[in-house]
Amino acid sequence: MSDDALFAAVMDPANRADPYPLYARLRERPVSRQRDGSYVVSTHAAIRSLLFDPRLSSEDLPPPRRPRTGNPLKDLILNPIKNRISATHRPFIFRDPPDHDRLRSLVMREFSIARVQALRPRIAQEVDALIDACRGRGEVCLVSDLSYPLPVTVICELLGVPRADEPRFQAWATQLATAVEPDARHDDATRRQIVGAFDEIAAYMGDLIREKRRRPTDDMLSGLAAPGPGGRKQMSDFDLLSTAVLLLVAGHETTVNLITNAMLTLLRHPEELERLRADPERAPRLIEEVLRYEPPVHFRTRKALGTITVAGETIPKGAPVILLFAAANRDPSRFQAPDRFDPDRGDIEHFGFGGGLHYCVGAPLARIEAEIALVALSRRLVAPRLAVDPPPYRPGASLRGPEELRIGIDGTA
Amino acid sequence: MTPEPAGIVVVGASLAGLRGAEALRRGGYDGPLTLVGAEPYRPYDRPPLSKHVLAGELAADATRLPELTDLRARWRLGSPAVSLDRASRTLRLGDGSVLAYEALLITTGAEARPWPAETGGGLAGIFTLRGRDDAAALREALVARPRQVLIVGGGLIGCEAASCLRDLGLPVTLVDPNPAPLARGLGGFVGGVIAGCLRDSGAMFRPGTMVRAFEGDAAGHVARARLADGSTIETNLVIAALGATRATGWLRGAGLRADAGGVTCDAACRVLAADGTPCPDIYAAGDVARWPIALYGHRLIAVEHWGNAIEQAAHAARNLLAGPGDQRPYTHLPAFWSSQFGVNIKLVGLPEGADSVAVVQGSRASRRFLAVYGRAGRSIAAVSFDQARWLPAYAEAITAGAPFPPINDATDRPRIETSAPGFPSLRTAPAHPAAETVHV
Repeated sequence: MSDDALFAAVMDPANRADPYPLYARLRERPVSRQRDGSYVVSTHAAIRSLLFDPRLSSEDLPPPRRPRTGNPLKDLILNPIKNRISATHRPFIFRDPPDHDRLRSLVMREFSIARVQALRPRIAQEVDALIDACRGRGEVCLVSDLSYPLPVTVICELLGVPRADEPRFQAWATQLATAVEPDARHDDATRRQIVGAFDEIAAYMGDLIREKRRRPTDDMLSGLAAPGPGGRKQMSDFDLLSTAVLLLVAGHETTVNLITNAMLTLLRHPEELERLRADPERAPRLIEEVLRYEPPVHFRTRKALGTITVAGETIPKGAPVILLFAAANRDPSRFQAPDRFDPDRGDIEHFGFGGGLHYCVGAPLARIEAEIALVALSRRLVAPRLAVDPPPYRPGASLRGPEELRIGIDGTA
Repeated sequence: MTPEPAGIVVVGASLAGLRGAEALRRGGYDGPLTLVGAEPYRPYDRPPLSKHVLAGELAADATRLPELTDLRARWRLGSPAVSLDRASRTLRLGDGSVLAYEALLITTGAEARPWPAETGGGLAGIFTLRGRDDAAALREALVARPRQVLIVGGGLIGCEAASCLRDLGLPVTLVDPNPAPLARGLGGFVGGVIAGCLRDSGAMFRPGTMVRAFEGDAAGHVARARLADGSTIETNLVIAALGATRATGWLRGAGLRADAGGVTCDAACRVLAADGTPCPDIYAAGDVARWPIALYGHRLIAVEHWGNAIEQAAHAARNLLAGPGDQRPYTHLPAFWSSQFGVNIKLVGLPEGADSVAVVQGSRASRRFLAVYGRAGRSIAAVSFDQARWLPAYAEAITAGAPFPPINDATDRPRIETSAPGFPSLRTAPAHPAAETVHV
C-alpha cells in the first residue's frame, strides 16, 4: 500500500477495530500527502506544532445544507435563509478567532468546575439506576445499557432541560451524532434526517431559551441566556442555539466512546479491572491512559490558510489538514512503549481531548462521568468478560467506538 | 585553623542563584556549595511582588521559591558580597568574613534605581519595588489608603503597580517622559494600548513630562512633586519605578568587565577579564549577565527576565562543570510576560532597534492582538495581548530569521499595515538612562 492510500485504509470500516498498525505506517512520514490533496499529520511533535499555528482554520466544514423538498416556498425562500443562518452561526468548534474566542469564553464561564462537580451525585444516581436495570441478566450491552443513555441525561441536567423532555433529547442526539463526524459524506436521506432533527431541536431550544430568559434557574442555559453588562444579550439567540446543540452533540458520542473504550480496555486487561475494584482511586489514571491509548476522537480536520512548513513537509495554502490525534498518542518518539496500556506511566501528554484552541470544553465533565461509571461497573458487574472481541464498530473513523459491547456477567451486585 | 574547603560559591541567592545551584547538583557536582545572599531570605519569586502581594492576595513572605533539589548547601544570607580578589580566589562579605572559592557563579541580579537624594530621595513615602521588603513596606503603606499615589516611570513595574492600585481603588497618577507607557520596551505603537487601559482604569496618565523633584512636609514626608513642565502634583505616596541597575558594585577592582550595565560574558557564560579573555572559573547568569546574542548580531545584552534567569543559570552551571573543551554557547530567545489591566502581555525576542511593527492577528482596538516587530526586513520580536497561544509559532519564525512579517495569513487577520514602532530616542528620556547594552 502506498503512502497516499494509507488514510483511505484508515477510513475503511474493515480496519476500524485495529487502525493502529496503519497509524504506525503513517507516522513514518509525519506529514503525508494523500491522493485527494489533503495532508495527514500523525506524529506528536508535528501535531503539537500545528495546534499552536495560527494559520490552521476550523471554518472549512460546510454546514449541512437542506436538501430539496419539491416545495418551492421551502426550497427557494425558507431553506436558503435557514442555511444562511446555520452557516453564519456555526457552533464554535467550527469557528475561528475572534468569534470562537468570544463564544467559548462565555461557555467556559458557565462550564465551571463547581458546576461540573455538583453533577457528581446526579451522575452516580443515574449510573446506579442503569446498572440496576440490568439485574437478573447474564449479559449486558454496555453501549445501549449505559454508555449511550448516560451522557444525554447529564447534558440535559447541565443545560437545564426538564427531565420529562429528556427522551426527546436521546432521539435528537442519535440523529445529530453524524453532524460532527468530519469524514461523513452524507446522502440526501441522511442530510434530511440531520436537518430535520436540527429544526426540531431548534424549535424546542428556542422555546426553552425564552423560558430561561424569563425565569432563570441555576443551569448553564440560564447562565448563557442571562443579560451581560449593560443589559445586552451575551450571545445572540442563534449562537445560543448552535452552542446548546453543540454541547449536546459533541458531548454525546465522545463520552459514549470514552466509557465504552475504557471498559473494553479494562476487560482486555483484567488485572487492571481487579485493581480498580480494590482501589477506586485508580480511576483517574486509568481514564487518562484510555484517553491516550483508545481515544474517543481519532482525528479532526482543519484547513491551511497559508503555506505551512512542518516536519520538513510543506502544506500548501487551502489544503485540508487531518490531525491524527490517535496516531500521535502512540508515537514512540514521544511515549515509551506506546502500544502498552500502562495507567502508571507518568508522562502522559496525550491528545485525547485534542489540544490548543479547540481543546475539549467538556473534558472535566467527561473525566468525571467516565470515572464514576467505571468504578461502579468494576464493583457491580459480577465476573464480567467480553462476549465478543473485537466488538463490532460504528462506521465512523474519527468518532471511533464500538457499536455494541456485549459483556457476559454472573449477575449484578 | 584549617580553612573550610572552597568548592563552588554562588553569589546571589535569587531565582538564578537557586536554579544554578540546583543545576550544579543535578549535574553531578558533589563538592562544597555555598550560596551568598544580600537579603536574609531564602530565594523567593519576584513576579508576584508587583501583582498579588501589592493587591494583598499573597503575603510578601509567601513567595519563597520551591527548592527542587537537595542542595546540601551552606547558606550565607543577610550579608552581601562586597569585593572579589581573583588572585587569592576569595571574596569578602559585608560582615567582614572571607570566603574562598574554586569556581564562582555570579547571579547578583539588579537593584532598583532609587530616587536621587538631592531631589527629595530621602523623604518618607517614596518607595521602590524590587525586593520582598520593598513589596511588604509598600503594601503596608497602601493599606493606610494614601490620598494620592504618584508612580514615576511607565515601565512594566510602574504599569503593573498602577493596575494593581486602581483595582484597590486608590487614586493614581503615572508620569512618564515618553508619549506612551512601555514605550522603551515595546514602542509607542503597542504602548498606546496600555495608555488606553490606564485611562480606562481611572488612572491619570501624564506622558511627555517628568518629575524634577519631590518636596516634603514639615515631618519629612513627601507632599508634592514638581514636574518639568512647571506644574505640581500633590501626593503622599510615590513609587519610583525607574528601572534597575545591575548589582556589580562589589566587582569594582576585580579586573573584570563589569559596570552598571552588567558583567560581560562570552557566549558560554564565562565572565570576561578586563583584557577580554574569559575567566575559566567565573561564570555569570540572570539579570546581571550580558552576553553576545547571536540572533541579534552578537550584541551584548543583559536580559532581565524570569525565564532567562532559569535557563541561563542552568546553562552556566553545565558549562562550569564541563571541561574547557566542552563549552557550549548559550542560545536563548528572550521572553517575558506581564499581567496588567486584565490583559496578559507576552513578548518573545527583543523589539529594541525595530524599524517597523505590524498587527498580524486581532486589533489594537479590541486589546486582543498579536504584533510583530521587524528590522531591515527580518522579524525580530513578537508581542501578544491576550493571544499568547500563538506566540510559539512566531518565536519559531523569529529564531529561524524569517522575513517580516513571518506569518500574514493567520486566523483573525486584519488588513496588515506596517507602522513605525515608536521607540523613544534616548535623548528624550534623560531621567531614565539606558541600563542595558553598556559596552566595555
